[in-house]
Amino acid sequence: MAQDDLYRTVVLERARTPRYAGPLTGADRHGEGSNPLCGDRVKLQASVDAQGRIAAVRHETRGCAICAASADLMAERVTGQKPAHVSQLHAELVTTVETGIAPEGLGDLSVFAPLHRHRSRIRCAMLPWSALIEMLNDDKDR
Amino acid sequence: MDQTVTGPTDIAGSLRRIRADFPILSQKVHGKDLVFLDSAASAQKPRQVIDAMADTMRTQYANIHRGLYWMSERTTEAYEAVRDQVAAFLGAGAREEIIFTRNSTEAINLVAHSFGSLLKPGQVVLVSEMEHHANLVPWQMLRDRTGVELRVTPITDDGALDMDALERNLSDGRVALVAITHMSNVLGTITDARAIADMAHAAGAKVLFDGSQLAVHRRVDVRALDADFYVVTGHKLYGPTGIGVLWARREILDAMPPFLGGGDMISTVSFERSTWASVPHKFEAGTPAIIETIGLGAALAYIESIGFDAIGAHEEALTAHALKALGNVSGLKVIGTAPDRGGVISFTMDDVHPHDIATLLDRNGIAVRAGHHCAEPLMHRLGVTATARASFGIYTTPEEIDFLAATLEQIRGFFV
Repeated sequence: MAQDDLYRTVVLERARTPRYAGPLTGADRHGEGSNPLCGDRVKLQASVDAQGRIAAVRHETRGCAICAASADLMAERVTGQKPAHVSQLHAELVTTVETGIAPEGLGDLSVFAPLHRHRSRIRCAMLPWSALIEMLNDDKDR
Repeated sequence: MDQTVTGPTDIAGSLRRIRADFPILSQKVHGKDLVFLDSAASAQKPRQVIDAMADTMRTQYANIHRGLYWMSERTTEAYEAVRDQVAAFLGAGAREEIIFTRNSTEAINLVAHSFGSLLKPGQVVLVSEMEHHANLVPWQMLRDRTGVELRVTPITDDGALDMDALERNLSDGRVALVAITHMSNVLGTITDARAIADMAHAAGAKVLFDGSQLAVHRRVDVRALDADFYVVTGHKLYGPTGIGVLWARREILDAMPPFLGGGDMISTVSFERSTWASVPHKFEAGTPAIIETIGLGAALAYIESIGFDAIGAHEEALTAHALKALGNVSGLKVIGTAPDRGGVISFTMDDVHPHDIATLLDRNGIAVRAGHHCAEPLMHRLGVTATARASFGIYTTPEEIDFLAATLEQIRGFFV
């Protein structure tokens, strides 16, 4: 079978045994995103500290391996970050999946670069990020 | 098409020649031979269709029904000849009963708007649990516009229509229209259209069949089915996109108001009022899909040259082969096991997500559909969020199915 560099070990591992899955005790932020085209759904819970940084985030993902791994890697990456940095990461990931070229410093998130050849799957990886950005924006609107 | 393949012979011997008619089948995907198993979404096109459309544009294209010159007259003849072809293809009583639409969805919307406008609050439109969104959403919109009731008949656990429940749903005599698929795009289930029509008529209801899937695989005879409405779409019939068909009984069409207004559908127009053309033109406002209609004609001629006896035998053999081959894949579960079924097979494989299955199959050149297949309520009924679906056409080979099964086994090993 043709191997696919999209389904690298980190993606399969994070989909199979996520490190940031489940509910978050003491969460003060709740978000959700769903993809009506495929029925995938990501629920997010987070707590934000006094400095506005994401202290902790957990996800409950019902979706494909790409979506589940993306949610888990996202949770890991945004922990301790402020919303402005999350937006920057989000923008860098969008560029990465659109072009197939990951900027330096993107780390594990660069595993999604091959999505530029699977354009119909880009939304799978971006669903957790859209939910997170929306959750943080809702927070700003309060 | 070479006439030597005509007749009720096994299609398998002609498969090489049929495949040679489809230029796309020689394409490579990710460096692999294309294995196209998504014909239920849209079928590939033979060169006869491609050539008929291109030749029309190259040699005689002009608008129809109004030009007083050679090109327009020739194109009008070619366009209207397809109406005769479709009438014969569906077993219609008269050519005027054939209305060209954009696709099945538009045909059903036409009925929902026009026939639907004749319905009164309290009357019922009855659909089934396994409808494509195309045969559900237009009726929901009609319900919200007019106050008719929308009723849903369940399916059995194996994916067949629950005929006892249908009978019960018809029993209060308020059902004005039964609108049901003739073949499920998810489960492959073929419904007993004649029995449904008899039950509907006994209860005083009209009946519409969504034949989008079925008309590709079996001979349709709308009069033998005793249908009132029947819809098909060209792009699944190896024809182009943008052309579909509504067939309905002449007396029903005569009683229905127009759907869209504009040119071609009128008899006289003044600023005060307009009067309508007779059927079929009453329902064909504006310049139609001329080239696509001519392409549909070429597609129907192609199908007829092979014949439904051969197509049916090929598909039956392929489906039996596929159910066996897929049944041997570890963790694979076929969704839908109705006794009468066609070459559309939905499945899940352990907890590997259908999207991951589809992407990894694609990397091996295999095209399948994955998702809810425009049938979300059915997915809920089945207790799944999505399935993968392999569907077959006249060009599908047993070797392609074996390759699918072997690749699925490898994909499973990748995840589990």
